[in-house]
Amino acid sequence: MSRIVGIDLGTTNSLVAYVDRGAPRVIPDAEGRALLPSIVAYTPEGVLVGDAARRQLVRNPARTIYSVKRLMGRGYEDVQGELAHLPFEVVPAAEVVRIRVGEREVTPPEVSAQILRALRQRAEAALGEKVEQAVVTVPAYFNDSQRQATKDAGRIAGLDVLRIVNEPTAASLAYGLQKLAQGTIAVYDLGGGTFDISILRVKDGVFEVLATNGDTHLGGDDFDRVLVDWLLEDIRAAHGADLSGDAEARQELRLAAEAAKCRLSFEPRTQLAIPFGDFVYRRDITREDLEARFGPLVERTLGPCRLALRDAGLEPADVDEVVLVGGSTRVPLVRRRVEALFGKTPHSQLNPDEVVALGAAVQAQILAGGITDMLLLDVTPLSLGIETLGGIVSILIARNTTIPTMAKEQFTTSADGQTVVDLHVLQGERELARDNRSLARFELRVDPMPAGMPKIEVTFLIDANGILQVHAKELRSGKESSIEVRPTYGLTEAEVERMVDESFEHAEADVSARLLIEAQTEADNVANHVQRALTQGAQLAEPGERERIEAALARLREARAGTDRDLIHERTTEVNRATERLAEAMMDAALKGALTSKRADRILESP
Amino acid sequence: MTVIDDYFAVFGLPRKLTVDGEALRARFYELSRAHHPDFHQGADADAQAETLTRSALVNRAYRALRDPLARVEYLIALEEGRDTREGAIARPAAPRELLAEMMEVQEALEEAKAAGMDDASRARLREERERLQARKRAEEDAIVGRAGEWDAALSAKADRGPLLEWFKARLAARAFLRTVIDDLSEALGEDLESHVAHRRH
Repeated sequence: MSRIVGIDLGTTNSLVAYVDRGAPRVIPDAEGRALLPSIVAYTPEGVLVGDAARRQLVRNPARTIYSVKRLMGRGYEDVQGELAHLPFEVVPAAEVVRIRVGEREVTPPEVSAQILRALRQRAEAALGEKVEQAVVTVPAYFNDSQRQATKDAGRIAGLDVLRIVNEPTAASLAYGLQKLAQGTIAVYDLGGGTFDISILRVKDGVFEVLATNGDTHLGGDDFDRVLVDWLLEDIRAAHGADLSGDAEARQELRLAAEAAKCRLSFEPRTQLAIPFGDFVYRRDITREDLEARFGPLVERTLGPCRLALRDAGLEPADVDEVVLVGGSTRVPLVRRRVEALFGKTPHSQLNPDEVVALGAAVQAQILAGGITDMLLLDVTPLSLGIETLGGIVSILIARNTTIPTMAKEQFTTSADGQTVVDLHVLQGERELARDNRSLARFELRVDPMPAGMPKIEVTFLIDANGILQVHAKELRSGKESSIEVRPTYGLTEAEVERMVDESFEHAEADVSARLLIEAQTEADNVANHVQRALTQGAQLAEPGERERIEAALARLREARAGTDRDLIHERTTEVNRATERLAEAMMDAALKGALTSKRADRILESP
Repeated sequence: MTVIDDYFAVFGLPRKLTVDGEALRARFYELSRAHHPDFHQGADADAQAETLTRSALVNRAYRALRDPLARVEYLIALEEGRDTREGAIARPAAPRELLAEMMEVQEALEEAKAAGMDDASRARLREERERLQARKRAEEDAIVGRAGEWDAALSAKADRGPLLEWFKARLAARAFLRTVIDDLSEALGEDLESHVAHRRH
């Protein structure tokens, strides 16, 4: 069996890991970075992924897609609430959400596939072999459509997704492998865009999930959003400028808010200084400011925790250990609230950014037969039912049922000569069909017979990925009935096929062409920043410094015009070096020392 | 109509209500290790489909048998070949002996609404709820308490008909109490689900 990698396809960052001599390891990129920003930029020159795409966020907001995970497996009406916050255009469509980037329209699975492909290439480069199989993690509270969309993304990226694993469960595997958590454990996973709580019993190598709950639209992104809204308001008050309609400014603010949020997890206060066209916005922010805004969001995670405990038949005191997963659990307020709820100090020995990928690698190793003493028994997060008369849902499989699981149901016809029986399958906890998530409509074909004569046995099976399979059999004839499946928010088989074909064409395109684009983009970025610095910081330059920088810039432009990637890199570095002192002087002047600990060229470079 | 498999047979157990929980779990883990799809990745498609079905059956069986009350519910369904699907949303009818109490609850609910859910009426609703919860626990204890009787009748090949009817009546009362307790929690705004699950997925 060829190697199976574990992938954490995150809202904000993605990682790939594998098990090396019994220990899971994250595979870094050539520059040693473990996290790949989950950002894809569709530039006219080509597609950029990760850090290169991140630099396009401010310059090219309409074509730079981030947090696409929040759109996976969802319909246009589901994402209405999101649209106001997104700088890219989501196209109205009846079924799968589509995003317009220039002339093209792409679906969320295609965007995710770009991220998966980048991770696959990273793994192939590091391991020196082809990688075609993967375990990919999803939020535990993802429904069937969202899981299927993730699997489709893998296929488009040329990866056979052998297993979809729930993120908190994956984290428990990473902890469990090292015997860091035993007994009854609660995994509180607050990531970039999603929240999960899972309660497990870990004993004798068996990881039995007792209950899970969550919110697939709650995470660090929402923290950033409330901060941005607050800053926009503050800018309006302080400078009389309304930037809410300015996509570029919003992106600047979002990135600054995100960075401030991260700093405030470790420091009690921080300072913002963001240059806009005709003013520089400065503000001191304290951790208390932040917590006042985050409070209601953190509170929203506690309801699902209580429900999961109730479904597991446990009280908070029954939980032996609480494990924190996801970058957003670094926020001190989150830690305090979790500690108060469970009455014990949560722990996070394993890096909360990496632990899910590590667990995915462990699961990959189990599937490869490399680990035989660990067994994961997960559950389906949402109840599965069918619509019955009057639009009422009849539940076939209750939430928190161990998977794989199945239910069998017999159907018949109500009219003479009826040849089609319609089934509408839904997921959710509400009584009325219209309040639940529609998964698919099935058409069962039967031979014409008097009403009530046909006996069709339908098996609803949820596999170990949490994905529904439906089979039907006519009991009199014993033959399999044909079923036509119309997924409500998913890609059809034909669409996935087409995307797989297209991706092969794209993948054939020279990888070095992509690397060249990245080098050129980087060069442009640096050149722009330096040009700006020369204008704004003219009076801070030492004698001869300006000339030296301009010479370096000219040499960079010359290289940029050509196609020698290494030369572009070299000259970019030269420009950075030539500008270092001036940049530091400017930063000192601008921030009065507030940010001197940061390398000036990084500040210049960061969007 | 739901098709019912014999879950006792999956665990190699007689159709009895007294089950050793720890032994059942150990057997569940053992069967899971044997049939879980994780350990059959290399198998051909047919064998994988077989293992998936087998594993699903093991999981269903464990769910039905692990809890003493769920076990009674399941056994009745099995004996009668009747559908007692878990989580069925149709409201159970009020058992006769609970009618008087239900009218009192209904009155308390209406009063509370008329009074705009003031502190006094909330207190009364909570009191009603506690009383119903105690009643529900009593029903549950009574049901589980007669499990041994059933097993003995089975061993003696005696008539279990009257006991079966009794179980059904008690289970119906319990199901009804459960929905009324949920209604009261919802009216009080203390229902966990209404805070969390009442959003579209």
